[in-house]
Order: sequence, then structure tokens, then C-alpha cells
Amino acid sequence: MSAPLLSVANLSVHFPQQRGKVFRALHDVSFDVHAGETVGLVGESGSGKTTIGRVILGMVPATAGRVTFAAEDITQASRARRRDLARQIQVVFQDPYGSLNPARTVGETLAEPLLSDAALTRADRNARIEDVLTRVGMPADTAERYPAQFSGGQRQRIAIARAVIARPRLVVCDEPVSALDLSVQAQVLNLLNELQKSMGLALLFISHDLTVVRHVSHRTLVLYKGEIVERGMTEQVHTAAQHTYTRALLAAAPVPDPTEQKRRREAWRQQRI
Amino acid sequence: MTEAAPAITALPERATPPPLQRASYLSRLLGRPLALAALLWLAIVVIGATFAGQLSSYDPLDQDLLSIKQTPSAEHLLGTDALGRDVLSRILHGGLASLFGVLQALVVVTLIGVPLGLTAGYFGGWWDRLVVQYVSLLQAIPVIVMLLSVLSIFGQSMTAAMVTLGVIGSAGVSRVVRSVTLAVREELYIAAARISGLSDARIIATHVLPRIFGPVVVQLALFACIAVIIQAGINFLGLGVPPPKPSWGGMVFEASASISDHPWLLVPTGGVLALTILAFGVLGDSLRDTAVETWAADGAARSIVARTPEPVTDIGAETVLALRDLEIVTGEATNPRKLVDRVSFDLKRGETLGVVGESGSGKTLTVLSLLGLLPAGTRVTAGRIRLDGETIDLTDERRLATLRGGRIGMIFQEPMAALDPCFTVGHHLAEVIRLHQGGSRSAVHQRVIDLLTQVRITDPEDVSRRYPHQISGGMAQRVGIARALAAEPKLLLADEPTTALDVTVQAEILELIRGLSASRNMAVVIVTHDWGVVADLCDRAMVLYQGRALETASVLDLFERPQHPYTKALLAANPHGATPGQPLPTIEDTLRAMAARGAA
Repeated sequence: MSAPLLSVANLSVHFPQQRGKVFRALHDVSFDVHAGETVGLVGESGSGKTTIGRVILGMVPATAGRVTFAAEDITQASRARRRDLARQIQVVFQDPYGSLNPARTVGETLAEPLLSDAALTRADRNARIEDVLTRVGMPADTAERYPAQFSGGQRQRIAIARAVIARPRLVVCDEPVSALDLSVQAQVLNLLNELQKSMGLALLFISHDLTVVRHVSHRTLVLYKGEIVERGMTEQVHTAAQHTYTRALLAAAPVPDPTEQKRRREAWRQQRI
Repeated sequence: MTEAAPAITALPERATPPPLQRASYLSRLLGRPLALAALLWLAIVVIGATFAGQLSSYDPLDQDLLSIKQTPSAEHLLGTDALGRDVLSRILHGGLASLFGVLQALVVVTLIGVPLGLTAGYFGGWWDRLVVQYVSLLQAIPVIVMLLSVLSIFGQSMTAAMVTLGVIGSAGVSRVVRSVTLAVREELYIAAARISGLSDARIIATHVLPRIFGPVVVQLALFACIAVIIQAGINFLGLGVPPPKPSWGGMVFEASASISDHPWLLVPTGGVLALTILAFGVLGDSLRDTAVETWAADGAARSIVARTPEPVTDIGAETVLALRDLEIVTGEATNPRKLVDRVSFDLKRGETLGVVGESGSGKTLTVLSLLGLLPAGTRVTAGRIRLDGETIDLTDERRLATLRGGRIGMIFQEPMAALDPCFTVGHHLAEVIRLHQGGSRSAVHQRVIDLLTQVRITDPEDVSRRYPHQISGGMAQRVGIARALAAEPKLLLADEPTTALDVTVQAEILELIRGLSASRNMAVVIVTHDWGVVADLCDRAMVLYQGRALETASVLDLFERPQHPYTKALLAANPHGATPGQPLPTIEDTLRAMAARGAA
């Protein structure tokens, strides 16, 4: 197997709290993401899943361990180096309302990842913006409008456009569909899958929803209280979970089928006691 | 029992408004009457001051002791003062010094206060601490004492005084700028911009400054008003512009000397001062509003008038609640937009009804309207409910208020936000119990413990003493349910009660609601977008799309034999049954495929 695109090794993150206590958000977490692959990261609130994404993006410092991207140690990357990395590692946040500046037009926002590339002229940038908006299925006049004129799903498309416009190699998706309606969720998941195939993107797909992760990921990691408790090929994690926590998680998620759900509820009651 | 509306295969597009052709900032600003008036006034003052010599034939120092203390006349448009000098000429000549002083102070404040607050708020850390210390120090200085010292040292130099005022005033401005920057700094789009590789300077210039423009410009306008007043005050004391040279403050002093025998003298000078201060204030607000209107969304609110309802009669004996022909609209009375359109349902004792739909389908509004809790900007235009044999008009908000927490209980999506952080869990429950049942202190406490036990909280005594921030989200939702149960309601309304919770906690809460509904024979209406929750909890479900009830059926029928194409499409869009790696069938895809099959 070729060298991984992203490698997280023995990562720990501790947050100092009041009276000298520390909160151990992550403890000894290791995993790889290969080029063109989707890795799903599942966990409940407080599991540390968002923190992992933030460490990779340089928003939170690591307490111990190493993050390697394309054979380069980026754990302690400087602001200047981070700015260069920005074209290769991008992000899609959960909240499509907060992640776009309401005071800037969509075009202005989309141009930002391209600004660090001095080789691009304004005309090049506009061409790229037009191209990426077509790719994410937004009308051509989107660039001149403000975010307030778009629905949640459309804004998430714009956020995805911003993430892929500089042709990155890795996109961290932090709960990209959990704020969206079912029909819009389907569109956004299809878009992410399609972009990944056509652009050869690697995706780190962070979510609390096992069903969604199952649909998009090649491999799945299950995170519980800051530690990876289960890892494997997605199907295997779903059908033959090893860890009790994974099984509890799977049993608790209701399925859209009343008869099947009734059976599962009984199983869940048994497991709970 | 399946009631399907006529099948539609093409769903109306969610309309996107056309891009607004916005006029330039200046022309929008001038379109505001108040802003125009303020700008006109300031322009008159500036032009008048600049061309004072040409505009007035009198010299401001020319005394005419034969015509002192005159009221306005054709000769002296604003009258004369105690030494017979022309008041208009003195106001015009004094304007320049006043305005120039204000401008000096304003420039100093902007140059020091804004960058200081901006960098302190944006970068934080040691620089922020240093700036805060410096600002506190400056704010501890008494302004007037400082100005008087400066004036005495620099030989009554107005410039020195105004620069000093600017430096001291920059403390307040930088404090405001810092706090608004702190709030903006936490926005996700700032993180996104950093990840996009923008430099700090660029992020400040393009993301932070436009967002804080409003509060900053209002703050600067307030400062300009204060500067006008302080400037006048210094001249009133005779310390700035040396008399007999004209200045607005000096003229107020002269007017005050003859206030008893010639009160008119105070009117022109005071009026000019007041109008100038007002103009600065109005201009600041207008600049802010004009800047913000480009990107802010707007909303409107309106009140309603109640009517006497026609009784609801077409119901079965077991029905606890019947809703008929609910219609909710938003927008102007002349051009209303329907958010909920003729929605009706019946609910039997102990039955659980799921209201399913996407955002904007009107599912939450439908439930909120039953308690008269609609958000501002929306209103019920028609609809009745029959509850306990009594028909109530849903436009009658005052009548509906009496049902809240009594016969109808409600729980919300954000359990933590529904609890007041200042009070303990026990206090929240006791409040409701005292309102509905009353009783002695110990009886109320016993009832609190009883309720907490019913929602399966293991250590109710301990939990009742805790504050909301000391309990988990799942526990908070249990407390919310306990509060809703306090008055023994016949009906529980639940608006996405588990959406904000983890899936393992969600399973527990759903189990609790199911158990309570069964043991109390309590009907439940649950609003959700999650088909899994519907399958788990509900007996029947109603599918809403853009305010219309497309289909109401038992969950078995709904999942196995969905009648409406939209229901089928919405079920298919769920990733649960989909093949991994294959595209999910979106609503549009499914509807298109069904239409194609229907045509073939």
C-alpha cells in the first residue's frame, strides 16, 4: 500500500480546566487516510470527533502525538506554512449559516482560497468560481448574491464549493449534513461522493449518524470518550461490530420501518439491562 | 385509514429571490429622509462657516451700540447681541472653529480607538491584556480636569485640547470595538477564512471590519456629539477661542449673561448646537442601517383579531383533540403568504401522532399554533380546535394561553434552552405545580420528587437541587417532560424532542415518552423530520409539504403503502435502505422516475 496522505499518530489533546484539572478530549488516537479515500469518524457528543478535525486543520494544538500530511509533519506548522497548506487541506463545517460571512457576496467568499495563489489573475479566479458553482449545481448568478438569499442546503453547497475550489487533496467534513433536511441531505451526500470521485479527494467524514457514515465511507472509525474503540471496513463495522459501544450505538439508532424497529427496540431493551 | 390528497408528481420549486440590484451605498444613504436632512444640515453649517465672509455683510466683531439686543429683523436676520453684534454673522464665523475641533477629535479617536480595539479583540493574549489595562487607565482620568490642564499648558490651544479629548475618548471606543470584535472572531466563517489561507490583515479588513462597521460608526457618531458639547463647554468657559472672537460656546455664555432681559439670544446659538448634535447622531444611525441592509434578512410582525368559532362536531367519542382547517400566513395583510394551508387532524386518547416534514413544511408552526405560541411575523388566519368538548378559535391567543401547561403540555427541541440557568431543577417544577395545583411547601416538594421519579431520574432529591448547567442534555429533556406532566395534561406536544440529543440518549427519551403515553393514556403529537423516530414511536403520521397535509395514515400503511409520491420520495431519500457507494435517490429523482413510469 502506498504511503497515506494523512497520518495521525498517537494524538492526544488535553484542555486545561478550572483548579488544575485537565479534560482529556483525545487520548492516543492513530489512523491514516489515503488519497481518494473516505474515512468516516463516528461518535457522540464529547467523543472528541470534532477535536480531531480541528487538530488536522491547525485550529487546536496537539498535546502529544503527530499529524503527518503528504510526508510532512504539520503538527506544529507555523501560520505561514498553514496558509500554504490551506490549498491542500480544506473544511466543510456543520453550520451552513455561520460558516459564510453574511456581509460578503458568495463570489467574494469563494475567491478567498485562491488569493494565496499569485499566479491566478482576477479573470482566472472568476472562471474557477463559475466552474465550481456549476459543479455544485448552483445557478451562475450565485456569485453576486449574499448568503442570506439562499436556503440551508444551498449554503452548504456553497461551503463545499469553497472547500474544493482550490483543488485540495483532503477535505475535513465536520457533520456536513446534520443541519439539513432529508432531501437536501441526499443531494449534499451525492455531491460529496461525486466530487470525491471526479477530483480524487480524500474525505475525513465526521458524523454522529452511523447510517450516513455507512453510506459514504470506505472505512469507519468509532470514537468513544476520546479513544478509537472500533475500526474497520465500513460494512464490517456495521454488520459485525466488535466493541459493546459500537453495538449499543447501532442498536439505539431507530430505523424507518415500524415492524423492524419494533424488533430492534426489544433487542435494545435486552441489551440495555 | 388513508386520506391522500390528489397526487402531484411535480412539486413546486422553492423559489429563490432574484438577485437584488442594489444601488450604490451613497444613493441608498441619500434615499433615507433622515440621513438626507442630517447631511443637508451639516453641509449648510460647513458651507456657511467656510463662506461666512461672503454670506454675511456684517463683521462678527463689529459692535453697534445703537442697536443692541435686537430680535430678528430684515437687517439682522437673527438679531443682535448685548454689544450690538450681528448674531448670524457670529454663528457663521464661529462654526469653523467648532467643526474643525470636532473633526480633529474624531480623527484622533478613529486612528487610536478602532485599531486598538480591533487588534486587542482579534489577537487576544498579552496584547489584549495590555490594551485593556491601558484603556482602564485612560477611563479613570477625569476628562474636564485633563482638558483644563492641557489648555493652561498649551496656551489655550483648541487643537491641543481636542487631540487630548480624542486620546481619552479612544478608550471608550476601543472598548466597544474590542467587544464586538471578540464576538465576530468566534464566527465560523473567520475559521473558514483562516483555513482558506488568508492573512490576518486581510481577514480583519474583509471579514471583521464590515461586520463591526455598524457599532463602530454609531460609537463614533456618539463621540462626535460629545465632542461638540465639550468643545462648546470649553468655549463657554472662555478657554478655547479667546473672546471677543466668535465661537458657539462663547455665544452661549454671552446669551446666558443676558438671559433675563433678552432670552432670544440663546435660541439661535442653542438651536444650531442642538441641530448639529442631532445631525451627527442621526447620520451615525443611518450609516449603520444603510451598511447592514444589504445583507440582513428582514421580518415583520402583526397582531390578530379573534372571532367566535363555529363548533367542531364531526368527531368520534374517543377523540381528545380535533384540529380543523388551520391556516397560518406571513407577510403584509395585502399580500400574505400561506405557511400552513387547511391542515386538520384528529387525535384519540393515548394515541401518538407524528407530524413529518422538511424545514419550511409548517410542521412546527402547526403545533405551536395550538398553544398560541407562533413566532413574530406569522399569524393564524383560520382554524379551530375541539378539546374536551369545547371548541376554541385558534386566532384567540388569550384563550389559548390558558391551556398552556394545563390541559396541553409541551416539550422543545433544545431542552437546555427551555430551562432558566438562574434556577434549580426543583424550582422550575415547583413553579408550575404551585400555578396549577398549589399546596403546602412540603406537598409541592413531594410532587416535584414524584414527577422526577416518573421521568425515571434515579436520584430525584439530588437532581432537584441542581442547576441546569449541572445536568446533561438528556437529563434536561427529562426535566422538560416532568414539567410538561406537572398539570396532568391530556395532550403532550413535542417539537423535535430528541433532535439535539445523542442517539443513545434519544432511544431512552423515546422509550420514556412511549411509557408515559401508555400509562397515562395521554395523547402525543410529535414533530420530527426523522423517519426512524416516526417508526419507533408513532401510531399514525401526517406528512406535511409546504404547509399542506399530503397524507395521514397509520405508520404501517405509511411505510409500506405510501399513497403520495412525495411521501415515497422522502422515504427513499433516507440513506438507511440505500446501497452504499451508489447515489441516493433525491426527491426530484424519485418524482421524475415515477412521472416517467406513469407516462409510459
